[in-house]
Amino acid sequence: MVKLAEWQGKKVFRSYGIPIPRGEVARSPAEAQELARSGKVPLPCVVKAQVLSGGRGKGGAVRFANTPEEARDATAAILGLDFKGERVREVLLEEKLPIGRELYVSLTLDRSQRLPVLISSAQGGVEIESVPDGSIDQQSVDPFPGLTGYEKRQVSKVLGLSPPQARSIGGVLESIWKIFEQEDAELVEINPLAIVGDGVVALDSKVIIEDDAAFRHPEYAEIRDDRTELEEIAREKEIAFVQLDGNIGVIANGAGLTMATLDVLKELGGAPGVFLDLGGTDDPRKVSEAFLLMARAKPAAVFLNIFGGITRCDTVAKGLVEAMGQVPPSERFPLVARIRGNNEAEGIQILRAAGVTAISDLREAAQAAVEAERRPA
Amino acid sequence: MSVLVDRDTRVLVQGITGHQGTVHTRQMQQFGTAVVAGVTPGKGGSLVEGVPVFDSVREAVAKTGANTSCIFVPAPGAKDALLEAVDAGVKLCVVVTEHVPFHDMLVMYPYARSKGTRIIGPNCPGIGAPGKAKVGIIPNVVFQPGRVGVISRSGTLTYEIVNGIKEVGLGQSTCIGLGGDPVVGTTFTDALPLFESDPETDALVLVGEIGGTAEEDAAEYIRHNFTKPVVAYIAGRAAPPGKRMGHAGAIITRGKGTAESKVAALEAVGARVARFPYEIPQLVVDAVRSARR
Repeated sequence: MVKLAEWQGKKVFRSYGIPIPRGEVARSPAEAQELARSGKVPLPCVVKAQVLSGGRGKGGAVRFANTPEEARDATAAILGLDFKGERVREVLLEEKLPIGRELYVSLTLDRSQRLPVLISSAQGGVEIESVPDGSIDQQSVDPFPGLTGYEKRQVSKVLGLSPPQARSIGGVLESIWKIFEQEDAELVEINPLAIVGDGVVALDSKVIIEDDAAFRHPEYAEIRDDRTELEEIAREKEIAFVQLDGNIGVIANGAGLTMATLDVLKELGGAPGVFLDLGGTDDPRKVSEAFLLMARAKPAAVFLNIFGGITRCDTVAKGLVEAMGQVPPSERFPLVARIRGNNEAEGIQILRAAGVTAISDLREAAQAAVEAERRPA
Repeated sequence: MSVLVDRDTRVLVQGITGHQGTVHTRQMQQFGTAVVAGVTPGKGGSLVEGVPVFDSVREAVAKTGANTSCIFVPAPGAKDALLEAVDAGVKLCVVVTEHVPFHDMLVMYPYARSKGTRIIGPNCPGIGAPGKAKVGIIPNVVFQPGRVGVISRSGTLTYEIVNGIKEVGLGQSTCIGLGGDPVVGTTFTDALPLFESDPETDALVLVGEIGGTAEEDAAEYIRHNFTKPVVAYIAGRAAPPGKRMGHAGAIITRGKGTAESKVAALEAVGARVARFPYEIPQLVVDAVRSARR
């Protein structure tokens, strides 16, 4: 999924007419100082780390500045921070507004209703999970008529807004709806949405664009979560890559089978590391590609769990043996393969002949993988 | 009788000239399914695996009497393909295509429903009723005619589990892979009544995954409306918690969505819940025994 940084989300907000504070992005203390000095960012200002994790206020990733020098120092203090595992490379400097109450609004998908849901609360500015159910309003929005007037009035009422404020939030809600639909968003969240005089202003943004709709949005192609080289290769080959803490590399086909494999390994005391999910395919070429990708992650042992339904297991096994030949002897690792389905006996024979521990029973195979990882190399 | 497909099923394959479309047309034929037409715009007049290809669904339906569509059209064109099938009067559409944007499904699902068409999927392996018909990509080798129904949100894990049922000497009435996407055309709750009223199903296996509340919703349905024994498995008990839908998503589900919540909900309504896939076959044997008593 494409998670937009706060400033990127606010750029989208601005283009859809949602009021935001005046602000600019800085990537160095000198740049921040200049933005404040030139008046491009009015003082006093807020300096905020541009990271994707929440809880910045408590984590020292949000600071205030009254002078260009303070803006410089605040930026210096924030840049380079390691915030919940994420390195801070940019800060957003914004004018500090005289704000009143802080509210919460968001639009996301309610899977079980198969409809978008508009969520609002008068208790904004805190993590929404900590707000009690009774203080949160949820309304399903039918895409056919779109967001209606009565739904907007309901939000204003729940939030206790004055008539001019209600008009202001009505425009904001309309824009959130348009962003959700037109930008193919999974989530559009404003927390806090602050009351400033007779209107509302988005003090923060959280926008997540749906990955599957990427073909409609080349403009977001550049914005990606930080990926390692291996993750990038996996993405190009359409292999799902998940990094966990352990040392057993796992290759499986399909999300459900991958999760089931993890369940079994954990039960037997194994610690799964890199996880490669090939998707629903048993294409031998893809199995081999995944194997070579896994080899680069230097696992202590590898557990391969493939259900071959369309392709024959012996074809998968031959491809795998060929791929094994491409790994230099010094970089080899114990491989336990569990393959089931068409021609499984032939597949297992081919793998055993190549020195692979091949077992058709899931539990036994997982046990062998756990033991292989524990054995000193 | 079986669920959703039977010997009268006449399958139309949308995207039949693509690699997947061609491979699985052959597999469906080998299963014994009547694949009567293919559609690929611009390729009308050709033959794939002996099946006539048409330029439009309307034409294919008019000339062959196709009543069920299996869609392999790549994601950018999947919505259009589905709408075309719905408008041509096809009442059952299995969307195998993966990576269909959920925003497209937010249009496809209500539109299909308003015209009386059922969608299975997207991103699903489809339906198989051994001895009758298969629409989708579940491997033929896992099936054996019998009296156990299967509904699942997974793909390959379904194959594994359906195969396990076969290996203990039982067989399946109908298996449906519903797909694991955020918005699916048919949920557990939508599928359960079909198995309840199917005289050929004695027991049901429900294969769920972490995320969403489909399994909790299913448990609620089972409590009031489902009388046959249920065996369940929830994949992902040991998976690290993911926050795919962000904080707002957590508000909607409020404590549901985890493996613990799903297992508890299903156990509370009398389902036999397996902790691992390999425990399922024996539980199915027990369930079938209890159903016959």
